[in-house]
Amino acid sequence: MPLELADAIALPEGPEREYLWTLNFGPQHPATHTTLRIILTLDGETIVKAVPDIGYLHSGFEKLGEHLDYNQYVTIVDRKNYISPVANEIAWFAAVEKLMGIELTPRCKYLRVIFNELMRIHDHLLCCGAAALDLGGFTAFLYAFNQKEKIYDICERAAGQRFHPSYLRVGGLLADVDDIWIDMVRKFVRDFPKAWNDIVRLLNRNRIFIERTKDIGVLSKEDAINLSCTGPIARASGVVRDLRKDEPYLAYRDFDFKVVCAREGDCYARYLVRMEEMLESCKIIHQAIENLPPGPVNVDANSKVTMPNQLAVYRSIEGLIHHFELIMSNRQWHTPVEEVYAAIESPNGELGYYVIADGSGVAYRTRTRPPSFIHFAVFPYLIVGHQISDVVAVLGSLNIIAAELDR
Amino acid sequence: MALAGVSESVMVTQLDKLANWVRKNSLWPMPFATACCGIELMATGASRHDIARFGAEAMRFSPRQCDLMIVAGRIAMKMLPVLQRIWLQMPEPKWCISMGACASSGGVFDTYAVVQGIDRFIPVDVYVPGCPPRPEQLLRSVLDLQEKIQRTGTLMGKEFQEQRLWPHPPRPLAIELPPAEEIVAPGDFTSATRLQADGRP
Amino acid sequence: MTHDEILAKLHAKFGETFTTSEFRDNRRIIVPAERVYAVLEFLKEQCGFDMLVELGGADYLHYPHATDRYGVWYVLVNTTTGVRLIVKTFTNDPEPTLPSVFALWKGADWMEREVYDMYGVVFDGHPDLRRILLPDEFTAFPLRKDYPMRGRGERHNFPVITRPES
Repeated sequence: MPLELADAIALPEGPEREYLWTLNFGPQHPATHTTLRIILTLDGETIVKAVPDIGYLHSGFEKLGEHLDYNQYVTIVDRKNYISPVANEIAWFAAVEKLMGIELTPRCKYLRVIFNELMRIHDHLLCCGAAALDLGGFTAFLYAFNQKEKIYDICERAAGQRFHPSYLRVGGLLADVDDIWIDMVRKFVRDFPKAWNDIVRLLNRNRIFIERTKDIGVLSKEDAINLSCTGPIARASGVVRDLRKDEPYLAYRDFDFKVVCAREGDCYARYLVRMEEMLESCKIIHQAIENLPPGPVNVDANSKVTMPNQLAVYRSIEGLIHHFELIMSNRQWHTPVEEVYAAIESPNGELGYYVIADGSGVAYRTRTRPPSFIHFAVFPYLIVGHQISDVVAVLGSLNIIAAELDR
Repeated sequence: MALAGVSESVMVTQLDKLANWVRKNSLWPMPFATACCGIELMATGASRHDIARFGAEAMRFSPRQCDLMIVAGRIAMKMLPVLQRIWLQMPEPKWCISMGACASSGGVFDTYAVVQGIDRFIPVDVYVPGCPPRPEQLLRSVLDLQEKIQRTGTLMGKEFQEQRLWPHPPRPLAIELPPAEEIVAPGDFTSATRLQADGRP
Repeated sequence: MTHDEILAKLHAKFGETFTTSEFRDNRRIIVPAERVYAVLEFLKEQCGFDMLVELGGADYLHYPHATDRYGVWYVLVNTTTGVRLIVKTFTNDPEPTLPSVFALWKGADWMEREVYDMYGVVFDGHPDLRRILLPDEFTAFPLRKDYPMRGRGERHNFPVITRPES
């Protein structure tokens, strides 16, 4: 039952008003997973009005972006959507590389695609597992976390850090992957459908889960477009839009995969879309890992955008100068005095960066287009008319990540 | 040791030690998870790392049922009053683990909105480094806290009372002093603590 | 409908009141603040830009060769054809004001509030323009270039709770 904003904000006048009471949900509540607050006005158990109050994790990410150079900012970007850190990095460097006009090597593109899809699986696993946890299904959460740990291991093997890999650099990657890593990914792709099937068998026909999610929080297609929804949430409402297909970035043109959509637009549809997307991601990873092109991961060293390798720095004067030029804060990259918007299909939706460069190695302004922020704005429309217990179901299906919500 | 008239299956100990032994093995954490560290906290509770091995798996989300607060993630300016209120709501005896660089010192977020270490505003027992710490590190911190409780704990909570003898409350380690006229209060301006030049409130 | 057709339509309707620019695949039109609502409405109604993907702002205080202080951009997308267009506009101190596009896209609600919160740009006609990320008591606009990154002491200004007190 989509409502106009006026209906969602304005309270009834007159005698009905006496029956209303206010409930504070958050900022420290287990079902919010992180920190957000919703002030609910209730008539009995029915929600009449919901006013989200956010900013409890506002940490000045965008201000930091104006003080750190293009490579340093990757550590901050990681912490934005910490469920899919590498997807954030890919979006950030998509914008930076578009600004500098860098064309990546094929191997780098493929590795970035693999990481993007691993992160999609990672994000959806947490979202579906935690949604089930909030609705009372603890086992699905444990199954999901088992797989998540495997993805952590893959990140750790490639980058040395399991949670925030900070794996990407301007024009390439921190380091190339090795054969053990490739075997780990192959094993993950082989084993994942079985684990996926376990979760599906637990939840998809689970009476309680379906009762709690079906026809809850329905978002129509027109509203999804008007409210700027993207990603799985828009696709669950029938908006056939996926940047991997519509504006193919990296190497997505080379892979065969489907865009998963649903028509219902309720919590259950969003859950199903996420589950199916995981299998599609698995297919993409399989194709990418089997056809991983050989060659370097960084763009040509003569282009002076990537770090030279260690041997070159220690043994040759050119390498040393090159390294110096990139590290010293008054030299670094020569960017055009321009601004650019670039977006990728992150697990949560369109994740874009609007970067304004003033010619130095530090961005003048880094604006994130955060999908969580935009999706949480939809929440008051979805929840009005439902019961208190549906709040966690709707929140779980929207997958709100507070660090990205507040930045 | 055997006492006269007491059978050999009875053990005699200090009541303090018994209380400490009981307390340390049944820590009930209150996960104050705000950011990335919260996910690692979830991973610590999940199957691979399994915090239940150390008796601290009973996560309760109501502060009134808990005795260990794990602050996982950065604390923003808007969040700090909430954190303090939740800390005050927990019953004695209570302990606090500051998980991760952001909670302990602000971490990479040296910005206008992030509190530079929660120990400036609430007491902390154990600090866990890392961004975020691995689950093993968090488990280690729980073990350390257990040892601390075993060594210093008393039945009546004297170890907390003793600090009342201090002339001043423990001072935060690093204090940045902004010019006094530039202070703009985000919270309650009248009761907010203004630090003086020597670092005292 | 391609970019060139859209621009032709816009020229036919609004004449030469706007300028265009292009960088990589980003196509931008720069519109003066008083025309921006009319242009956006035209783009939505006549050119099929049904989604406002992104609305953000910047402070051009120290930017080379900048003439206006606050810039606000609207990234529009046509969900049928996938065409993107960036509409940009500028506003200035002392009272930076822009028309709200909430009536066109409900998704603009929180994004406009965020720009207001960070830069103090007031959106006329917004139904609920309050601070969104920062506390209501906060007085500064932190993403302005004249605001220091470490703030002005707000983050240190809280009561201390000691062990005996708690």
